[in-house]
Amino acid sequence: MRQLGSFPGGLVLDGHKNRSTHLAIRQAPLSKTLILPLQQHIGEASVPTVVIGERVLKGQMIARANGHVSVNLHAPSSGHITAIDNQDIPHPSGLSALSISIETDGKEQWAPLIKTDNYQKLSAHDLRQNIRYAGIVGLGGAGFPSFIKLNPGIHHFVDTLILNGVECEPYITCDDMIMRERAEGILDGIAIMRHAIKAKSCIIAIEDNKPEAITAMQIALAQHSDHIDTEIVIVPTRYPAGSEKQLIQVITKLQVPNNKLPIDIGIVMHNVGTAYAIGRAINHGEPLISRIVTITGQNVNKAGNLEVLLGSPIRDLLDFCEATTQNPSQLLLGGPMMGYHLTSCDLPITKTSNCILAGVENAVTEPMPMPCIRCGECATACPVSLLPQQIYWHARAKELEKTQEYNLFDCIECGCCSYVCPSEIPLVQYFRFAKTEIMNQEDEKKKSNVARIRHENRQTRQETEKREKDLRQQRRKATLASEHVDKETS
Amino acid sequence: MGLFKLTPPFLSSTNRVTDHMLQLSLALFPAIIALVYYFGSGVLINIILAIVVAIASEALMLNLRQRPLKPYLSDGSAIVTALLIAVALPPLSPWWLTTVGTLFAIIFAKHLYGGLGYNPFNPAMIAYVLLLISFPVEMTSWLPIASLAESQVTFSSALQIIFTEQLPQQLSYDAISAATPLDMMKTQIGLQQTPSQILENPLFSRFAGEGWQWVNFWFAIGGIFLIYRKIISWHIPVAVIVSLAIIAFITWLISPETTASPLFHLFSGATMIGAFFIATDPVSGATTIKGRLIFGAGIGLLTYVIRVWGGYPDGIAFAVILMNMLVPLIDYYTQPRVYGANR
Repeated sequence: MRQLGSFPGGLVLDGHKNRSTHLAIRQAPLSKTLILPLQQHIGEASVPTVVIGERVLKGQMIARANGHVSVNLHAPSSGHITAIDNQDIPHPSGLSALSISIETDGKEQWAPLIKTDNYQKLSAHDLRQNIRYAGIVGLGGAGFPSFIKLNPGIHHFVDTLILNGVECEPYITCDDMIMRERAEGILDGIAIMRHAIKAKSCIIAIEDNKPEAITAMQIALAQHSDHIDTEIVIVPTRYPAGSEKQLIQVITKLQVPNNKLPIDIGIVMHNVGTAYAIGRAINHGEPLISRIVTITGQNVNKAGNLEVLLGSPIRDLLDFCEATTQNPSQLLLGGPMMGYHLTSCDLPITKTSNCILAGVENAVTEPMPMPCIRCGECATACPVSLLPQQIYWHARAKELEKTQEYNLFDCIECGCCSYVCPSEIPLVQYFRFAKTEIMNQEDEKKKSNVARIRHENRQTRQETEKREKDLRQQRRKATLASEHVDKETS
Repeated sequence: MGLFKLTPPFLSSTNRVTDHMLQLSLALFPAIIALVYYFGSGVLINIILAIVVAIASEALMLNLRQRPLKPYLSDGSAIVTALLIAVALPPLSPWWLTTVGTLFAIIFAKHLYGGLGYNPFNPAMIAYVLLLISFPVEMTSWLPIASLAESQVTFSSALQIIFTEQLPQQLSYDAISAATPLDMMKTQIGLQQTPSQILENPLFSRFAGEGWQWVNFWFAIGGIFLIYRKIISWHIPVAVIVSLAIIAFITWLISPETTASPLFHLFSGATMIGAFFIATDPVSGATTIKGRLIFGAGIGLLTYVIRVWGGYPDGIAFAVILMNMLVPLIDYYTQPRVYGANR
């Protein structure tokens, strides 16, 4: 047995996972309109390759990657492009962004798919490009383009590929269900990933509150002897064990050094759902046009996991699962620890939407923050060993430099500190505020620097011009004077 | 539930400040019972008086500072301060002594600094030090242990003494005032007695002081309960006790003829209430793990220095306040190593 490490702090939370694991993954109904924001990933928004009125087929590319950190976007179903305009997107601040709207025709007519019979014949570079063209991003939540994480670069050697099936947030079960039902598909994806990064070994990490998923993965692994040096590691259930850095600490006892990436210590981590999507993309030619979404919560009668076409309005999913509320103020996107309130039910599912949570049990109702008494419970709970009580103190006083001296930017915003705070202080909120303020200030500084340099340049330019003008004048005067003298003498 | 009022996380533990304060008060109970047993009902009168004054002055200050009364009054912090002051004062202190102390703690040491969470010094100890410096006679007139006293102080005579400062006929001044073991040890050592000779006095019951040792014992039990309930962490109390024991042991090894044993120091005076209930005040104490160890060790050390070489028989209050001053410095330099950091 592997000796596991652990991270400081963390929380043992009531998972509420059974609520959404009674039913198998169901296909969500086809929505009439699909709204696809051009940016569903970290990086540059993709650029539309279709025009309004154009008919598109299921799986057809409708927007192409723009720049390196970007991926393609595809039509989740066949139909017509009805709009390319700003639409409200799921975002904590209720932003809107350029999106492509498709009116589906119900025919589900596929575009010709280019599948690979034997991925091993492809070079690592070609595999990455195919994964990029298929629009695959990290489905665990961050949405970072996966092909970049599959490119270790020539200076790095990948020791371990870690598949993250931890899913530590309460209520969410989309990874759990995909492991239970599509274990082989995940293994297909793992094989492709390993081929791309030449990882020496592979670890599939699953929290011990998912015995069915563990068994399913074990059975699949036993049936596929070609997966050498692959191990299923059962990690103790503790939030936030599914966070990348914390999981690395649990599995390897190593820490990713400050300002470095996991690859710098020979580790690459991907979500199990991402692995499945990669398998589908390479072996079957299917781009990323759907994902598993957990629809759960107190106010959902038929909670469960749905295979949802990207762009489907959340309202349709709630209807399908017989949710008793459509009030956005009772809906969360994501889990109860890191999720956020939706601004409307008509927002679309994107590549990073893992859970729609309607009604959290024992939710915080009306917080009445009391002063911080420095009890230090937050510091005990912090998985990165910060001192939230000190950062809070300085953030409140807007002593932003001090917050950085207390390593504000190492905060992963997991919410453990707010959870344990006996004074109910929304600590994470303060930290986000401080981070934004600091980034704004740095922006301002940059801008004012540019302005200053421009001003200085202008001044020197003006001075030079003035000097030249003076010189010209003097010269003219001199010539005039000499002409005058000439006249007089003549 | 407003739309944008709530921010993640949407879950919260049930742990609350009021709960902390309630359990703190609860943990003081065994020692309070012991105090009543050894020093009579005057202790209870002190406690009730202090609580009434504390709540009244807290309400007044909240009102003046335009803060909501209900949440702040019900947090229980004023009651804890009142309890700590009341048990630290001599059992038959005149009413004005308790009142002045409590008023000063709540108004000056707490609210003028910004109220709960903002006081740099432990309010109860600020009050204690103020009283000790201003009214040294009243503050050092301890009642003798009930079993050693010539005559017993009844509840009604305690009331009379506290509120009128008139002695009932059957009581003499000597009957209600005696040296504490720490006092006695200090003066007798000054008179060239050896600690072993001094301990022969029945006042000590051959250990750390009749009554006092048990009061300390019950404070320690209450403190262990708090550690068990995770209301306080073990770091500060253990650091206080260990550092006091170590320095006492060293000096005792060097000069057993002129210094009391480590055990005497641990179980007399305010050692245990100081270690478990006063030094552990989270607001004014260090907040990092390493910092708490340093903070506690400093208190233990300073307590010993003041007791043995200073002008006062006990030094916990001064030690705590002196260490409170160092807290920002200690916390800054004892930050834990953050994930992925080099050092």
